[in-house]
Amino acid sequence: MSGRETRIAVERATKKFCRNLKRSLWYGLLDLGDELRAGSGRDRARLRPGEFLALDDVSFEVQPGECVGLIGANGAGKSTLLKLLNGLVRPDAGRLAIRGRVGALIELGAGFNPILTGRENVYVNGAVLGLSKRHVDAVFDEIVSFAGLADFIDAPVQIYSSGMRVRLGFAVAAHLEPDVLLVDEVLAVGDVGFRMKCFENLRRLKRNGTTIVLVSHNMIDVSRVCDRVIVMEGGRVVHDGDVPSGIASYERQLLGEADGRRETAEDAAAWIDGIELLDADDMPRQEFHTGDDLVARVTLGARRPVPDARMIVHVTASAVGVLGSFSSPHANFRFDIHPGKTCLRFSMRGMPLLVGSYGLTLSLYGPEIPDFLDAIRMAATFKIVGPPTNAFGYGVCHSVGFEHDWALQEVSEEWAS
Amino acid sequence: MAETVYIPASQLRHPGRLLRSMFRDLADCRELAWRLLVRNVSAKYRQTLLGYVWVLLPPIVTTAVFVFLRRSGVFEVGETGVPYVVFVLAGMVLWLTFADAVNSPMQMVGQSKSMLTKLNFQREALILAGVGELLLNALVRFALLGAVLLWLGVGVPATALLIPVGVLTLVAVGVGIGVLLTPLALLYRDVEQALAIFLTLWMFVTPVLYPPPTAWPGSLMMTLNPVSPILDTTRAWLLSGAPAHLEGFLLVGAGSLLLLFCGWVLLRLAFPVLIERMGA
Repeated sequence: MSGRETRIAVERATKKFCRNLKRSLWYGLLDLGDELRAGSGRDRARLRPGEFLALDDVSFEVQPGECVGLIGANGAGKSTLLKLLNGLVRPDAGRLAIRGRVGALIELGAGFNPILTGRENVYVNGAVLGLSKRHVDAVFDEIVSFAGLADFIDAPVQIYSSGMRVRLGFAVAAHLEPDVLLVDEVLAVGDVGFRMKCFENLRRLKRNGTTIVLVSHNMIDVSRVCDRVIVMEGGRVVHDGDVPSGIASYERQLLGEADGRRETAEDAAAWIDGIELLDADDMPRQEFHTGDDLVARVTLGARRPVPDARMIVHVTASAVGVLGSFSSPHANFRFDIHPGKTCLRFSMRGMPLLVGSYGLTLSLYGPEIPDFLDAIRMAATFKIVGPPTNAFGYGVCHSVGFEHDWALQEVSEEWAS
Repeated sequence: MAETVYIPASQLRHPGRLLRSMFRDLADCRELAWRLLVRNVSAKYRQTLLGYVWVLLPPIVTTAVFVFLRRSGVFEVGETGVPYVVFVLAGMVLWLTFADAVNSPMQMVGQSKSMLTKLNFQREALILAGVGELLLNALVRFALLGAVLLWLGVGVPATALLIPVGVLTLVAVGVGIGVLLTPLALLYRDVEQALAIFLTLWMFVTPVLYPPPTAWPGSLMMTLNPVSPILDTTRAWLLSGAPAHLEGFLLVGAGSLLLLFCGWVLLRLAFPVLIERMGA
């Protein structure tokens, strides 16, 4: 049941697309014919040859003042969903209901003509976004100062850098006061100062009750403004809920692309059979908190004995890459592998990792440097789902949680002079 | 707060709702249409040296060619009542207005693809801005025509005051056809290619360069070609004051309103389907 105040209600929305251009155009013509025959649209959900579901049975609701992050890999259906919410395309099945005025920060500077000056383009862009001339007149100086383009406002937009163009576009769009705001990947531009202004603007809108749907690939941005995330994969919603587990689940998808890729030496004497992650109480676990202990149980197989074997573990964060590695020799742990099964354990105590997904790459070596035996990329992945990070400069964020102490120090005579 | 609902069923199933949203958008889009018009017109000539000369050249060149052909006896036309230069120039100015009107909707929509696929705005504004631009071009060409009339000392009858009615009817027919073709033209480039050829052909079966033929089969172009009665009547208002095809004018005029409305509905229904096929 949707409440009276629900701003966005999506019920079982489905949208199909066609990969082949010629076919897609032909289907477009058929759909147009269907539209003209006043079809019920009931059989529109049926897939024709060459079509696939870009959105598959998607349902969710968003309330006033809520900011939802829409995340997922490329092609997961995020932009399609935004287009449906914006009323640009219609669903093939299901229903979308949007309450109030919709604003979109999607194509910044829509309608800009490169020959015209910034000033002229502000009015065009404002009109496209639905701002009246009187409104733009009233906030014109604010727009120019927000964009930081006072010296350039009467120059043709074609001499602007791409950053300047986007800044001007955002400055205009920032003056929309919509009930529902759709934002697509537009915060990734500009310098830090400008980006912070953009975030401040989004937070101000949110406080005033605007519902925001934000598409981004930057998890730091998402954690900055979103109260909730929807993770999409292959057109389906795979997570709808709190931000930390959403981010971890999205990053898990990214790590998954390299999942389990194996490299084995020819006729290797021994190999890695499997790995299992456990918590401090030896219970199998995939989700941890910052500071938890993680225990890994690794099984090895062998056809010939390998004395004095070595194992190296790389820890990878999807957002950053390899964070660090450690090895059994470094911990003065020596082990021999015998034909049959060998089982060993290693633990990572008090992991300093923050919210996100991480992967372990295991490599197995013999005693000497060239004795490579076997390696599995992302042999195991795990999520850190809490505590939440704070990207607004009031907490910790990104991948590693550093121990830190602060103090004020007396200014000595020497320094003061 | 108003709720907008999107479902798969055709918008034609709720004609009342469709009509209401059409007229609401038409009312809401005036300012945007004006902005787009100002943008297009100012951008168009800012990067040219000759500016409006480019609007005047096509009718001047065509007129010069046909005046030359007629003088040299290659091309025979009947009695035109006024100097042939004036007759052809008036015909060309009117015909180009019509041709611009046919081309305008698909050009306007085609060049706004990136806006259409990303933002939701009143798309009627694109069509209106296009109409504004072509009317401005027509005005400039009429100024040239007026100058030629003055120069040659050709008097103009009182019916010349009806010219705006004629021009608007011509534009309505043209835009109606253009809007009806737009959905197809956006899906298939073939339409634009074919239209360019077809319009040239069409001009020659319209009494632009010669007075309306009275003998069969030439007279067919007055009954089968909807542009003929309008163009000829409007030119007669300007030059002779005695239009010979008024009933045809009224018939086509009424039909053009219906055509425009159908085109508008079609475009409304087509946009979601087209935007889907335009890609990002």
